[in-house]
Amino acid sequence: MCTVCGCGISSIEGHKHEEGGHGHSHDHHHDHDHDDHHHGDGGHDHHHAADCSMHYGNGIAGVNVPGMRQERIIQVERHILSKNDAYAQENRRYFERQGIFALNFVSSPGSGKTSLLVRAISDLKDRLTISVIEGDQQTSNDAARIRETGARAIQINTGKGCHLDAHMVGHAAEDLALEPGSALFIENVGNLVCPAAFDLGEAHKVVVLSVTEGEDKPLKYPNMFAAADLMVLNKADLLPHLDFNVGLCIANALRVNPRLQTLTVSARTGEGMEAFYAWLEASAAHQAA
Amino acid sequence: MHEMSLMESVIEIVCDTARQNGAIRVKSVRLDVGVLSHVEPDALMFCYEAVRHGTIADEATLEINRIAGEGWCLDCGKTVALEERFGACPDCGRHRVQMTAGDELKIRDMEVS
Repeated sequence: MCTVCGCGISSIEGHKHEEGGHGHSHDHHHDHDHDDHHHGDGGHDHHHAADCSMHYGNGIAGVNVPGMRQERIIQVERHILSKNDAYAQENRRYFERQGIFALNFVSSPGSGKTSLLVRAISDLKDRLTISVIEGDQQTSNDAARIRETGARAIQINTGKGCHLDAHMVGHAAEDLALEPGSALFIENVGNLVCPAAFDLGEAHKVVVLSVTEGEDKPLKYPNMFAAADLMVLNKADLLPHLDFNVGLCIANALRVNPRLQTLTVSARTGEGMEAFYAWLEASAAHQAA
Repeated sequence: MHEMSLMESVIEIVCDTARQNGAIRVKSVRLDVGVLSHVEPDALMFCYEAVRHGTIADEATLEINRIAGEGWCLDCGKTVALEERFGACPDCGRHRVQMTAGDELKIRDMEVS
């Protein structure tokens, strides 16, 4: 069972899984460094396995008698997300080799991520090739909206899943046949909790917050704002009609993540979007350097 | 509910590791989960019950070892207890505290036979 990509419950548009197995045409290499082993400090012998260590004589019975069975304790010492992180590293290496600038857009549902992407793709048409991976539980509506701009887009339906993971993104990126030197926008499932934990191999997480949400969202969902490098405050055109305090919202975000960069934009009117494009081009150039 | 994905990952790593070590059953699994991490232990427990069925760990008990939050206060120049991820230093009240513990999310060890 592929528990990372959740094959069987999730589907990548246009991507076929062979019955009972993986018909993927690329390999994921699972090379992990295991320099975080901890060995017991007793003077007993211990035997090493490839990715963990076994301590005979360190088990429940505390003795090591030849020929006598005992329960064994296996030191695992692995991060629970280590498999996802290995896929993410592989994606990152691939993106860097190809000079692809990948961004992972995260937000709550309805913050205007897709509108922001559609606007950016249209405005940057002559400056940058952008492809999109869309993550949603159901429907391919968002990918269809992106394709109307002429950009390549692929939809991942996560089924019951609440986030994209690095394995899904690796396959989707492969299916998109990304152009070297282009940009890849990954629009994560609308959810301010779970996607924070899953590295996809992106250069930066961009958290989109709209002014119709509360100023205290960064404090309520700190993990996401801590994981992001840029916060885009969207729907600024609605500010005259709301009691939203932009300064307070940014202050809250900076409390959670002092390194966070912030921009205020309206994807509808285009206000502030040039600043976002400048950030995008500067960050892409920084990665290429 | 990313706890479900996390527990699927735990079961996968545990079963692979057990097989690599020639074990036929997993009897217990111990996790280190920091109090400041993004997961809920009760949800982990609930998901664990659901995902272990049909594996060599289907009777394994799960123990979640909670790791307390700690941070280094830049102003006090010492390690202090941290109640929330971006909480203030309990001594000086300032927010210049860098988290040093409490974010763990790790499979520590397991007992096999």
